Amino acid sequence: MRTYLDHNATSPARPEACDAAVAAMSLAGNPSSAHREGRKARALVEDAREAVAALVDAGPREAVFTSGGTEANNLALLGCGRPRVLVSAVEHPSVLQAAPFAERIAVDREGRIDLSDLDARLASDDAPALVSVMAANNETGVLQPLREVLRLARGHGALIHCDAVQAAGRTGGGWSAADLLTLSSHKLGGLQGAGALVVRDGLPLAARIRGGGQEFGLRAGTEALPALAAFGAACRAARDDDWERVRALRDDLEARLLAAAPGAEVLGAGAGRLPNTTAIAHPAVDAPTMVMSLDLEGVAVSAGAACSSGKMAASHVAEAMGRGDLARRAVRFSLGRSTTLEDCARAVAAWTAIHDRLARPSHAA
Amino acid sequence: MNALGIDKAPGAARVVVAMSGGVDSSVTAALAVERGYETVGVTLQLYDHGRAVGRPGTCCAGADIHDARRVASALDIPHFVLDYESRFREAVMDDFADTYLAGETPVPCVRCNQTVKFTDLLRTARDLGADALATGHYARRIDGPGGPELHRGAETARDQSYFLFATTPEQLGLLRFPLGGMTKDETRAHARRLGLAVGDKPDSQDICFAPRGRYADVVARLRPGAAEPGDIVDLEGRVLGRHEGVVHYTVGQRKGLGIAAAGPLFVVGIDAEERRVTVGPRDALMKTGLTIREVNWLGRGPMPGGGFACAVKLRSAQPPLAARVAPLPGGRARVDLAAPAEAVAPGQACVLYDGDRVLGGGWIERPALREHGAAA
Repeated sequence: MRTYLDHNATSPARPEACDAAVAAMSLAGNPSSAHREGRKARALVEDAREAVAALVDAGPREAVFTSGGTEANNLALLGCGRPRVLVSAVEHPSVLQAAPFAERIAVDREGRIDLSDLDARLASDDAPALVSVMAANNETGVLQPLREVLRLARGHGALIHCDAVQAAGRTGGGWSAADLLTLSSHKLGGLQGAGALVVRDGLPLAARIRGGGQEFGLRAGTEALPALAAFGAACRAARDDDWERVRALRDDLEARLLAAAPGAEVLGAGAGRLPNTTAIAHPAVDAPTMVMSLDLEGVAVSAGAACSSGKMAASHVAEAMGRGDLARRAVRFSLGRSTTLEDCARAVAAWTAIHDRLARPSHAA
Repeated sequence: MNALGIDKAPGAARVVVAMSGGVDSSVTAALAVERGYETVGVTLQLYDHGRAVGRPGTCCAGADIHDARRVASALDIPHFVLDYESRFREAVMDDFADTYLAGETPVPCVRCNQTVKFTDLLRTARDLGADALATGHYARRIDGPGGPELHRGAETARDQSYFLFATTPEQLGLLRFPLGGMTKDETRAHARRLGLAVGDKPDSQDICFAPRGRYADVVARLRPGAAEPGDIVDLEGRVLGRHEGVVHYTVGQRKGLGIAAAGPLFVVGIDAEERRVTVGPRDALMKTGLTIREVNWLGRGPMPGGGFACAVKLRSAQPPLAARVAPLPGGRARVDLAAPAEAVAPGQACVLYDGDRVLGGGWIERPALREHGAAA
């Protein structure tokens, strides 16, 4: 019996997404082909594009499909042509690494961007700037004040990119008005390997991948038809998700985890957060040990940003929040639309068992 | 008691296996699975692989972690990669550099076993609720009347007990070396029988973080500018030439001295403080007495205060020599060899044996300065 509480890493594919992918797999055509098979395939891509754009109230021509959130972030940051880039210190590595020389805007102890720092930096220089701020943090779920970021940035003539990979389909908050918006299919219950950059109509952008001119010339390469069909289906289905139910489960889970381990702390507890995420630091057990122990107890969670090697690094997000003391202990429970009360009960039982084994005074090693 | 000497049914016993991606630890894991243990694979990320092989930009993990993950996946066991980079750097690589810079010749594999593997990894294994931590070392752990004992591996040529001398009795309690009674051929046969993809992988050579044996390069990278030139002198202190830093020399070395002399010259002493390398003829290398520090004792009861006879190994690839060992205050001991031995290099381990049993050991100390020229 496994308990999967790592929906911020990947949210398991919805049945609707799987069905759409299977149906697409039985089509023969290439969306760029001139024949009937090609037209059928093209129709599927455009159908998916409409569904994805609709999720964020964009026009259908504004959604550019990519291989995922990372590629969309790279396209936004490297393709916008702005000489000056400002990013929050808690962005995903695909933003931080794509713009290694970007100015980093500080966040407070709850993980919220320092708006006066952003304002002062934008006022200090007239060079055309891009501001990249995520809608919700992947590790903590903390929501950024995107309405204020948009207002400030627009006032200074800056473009705004928003990585909404974790927020899309889960919460609103004004971020969908950004000039550039990153979405990822598998966080919404689609398949891995599909994402989108929503580009405000008329905004000039330079392609990173060149070739056959697909995706309005912004992303060459034959479309991944099954993955895109699943993306569209996931976006349609996501409109019916009940996140208030998930929020109640998360709040209850968080309260029980805190009660089971006196001294445990939740990162960003004082900020508005996604309804599904809790980043909690046990007072005595380091994050890798907690993640491994929970896994052996049947519960899947994450810590920090996982390197592709599988090693678990300390959280740069906790560090940026001035909570370096928690960076090596914070683990992330992230719930999804399919999470049940029983899932949470098993997670609490496992957490409690690990606490009893490792943090009781008798365990003086 | 089951096959691994755990007082539980195999299915109820959790065994953590340290998996390096090589054939030995892969077979160790596969045998644990075959015997029915709840097996958990753990691989240590110790250093930036791309940097160590001089190819920045390659994955930090390297091919061995990939291999370990593939084996664990084939065995269908949980597998975790532990980030021990900072710990390894501090406990093993920094010690390696500092030992060389102090004019000694380090044995980083012992330090790694002593710190990263049998202190940190062992603690993690305990935290994961392990009943045993198994490794692919060729050494035997035998439950004796006075507790667990460490013995040489069955195949003399593969025996790794020298590198395990610093293991404490408490650590030995949780450790298991399932390959200790096997030959390498038997291990490879198991790998083939069990269908492990790593069965034909060559043995790892040398020091893992110095893949091409360029120790001085590693030292130069870890301690930039620390290797200072100095004099090469003979036994009487006459300057014969110059050197580019004591890190390039080890006691007993003959090649690479760059000095013309009537007979062959060997490094017989290194004085890091004076940046002086002393060379002399072969017979100046012969020693009968030495002292060791940080002594670990694995014999039954306390170390006999009046001294005792045993066999000692002063290098990993050297047959044991007859000696008499007597404890000194401060965790040190005096070792008197029955016959003079060549090239006793400070910094190397001196491991004490009673037949196949490891009684413990310590680190060879630098002799007092006056001994350099006098062939003590």
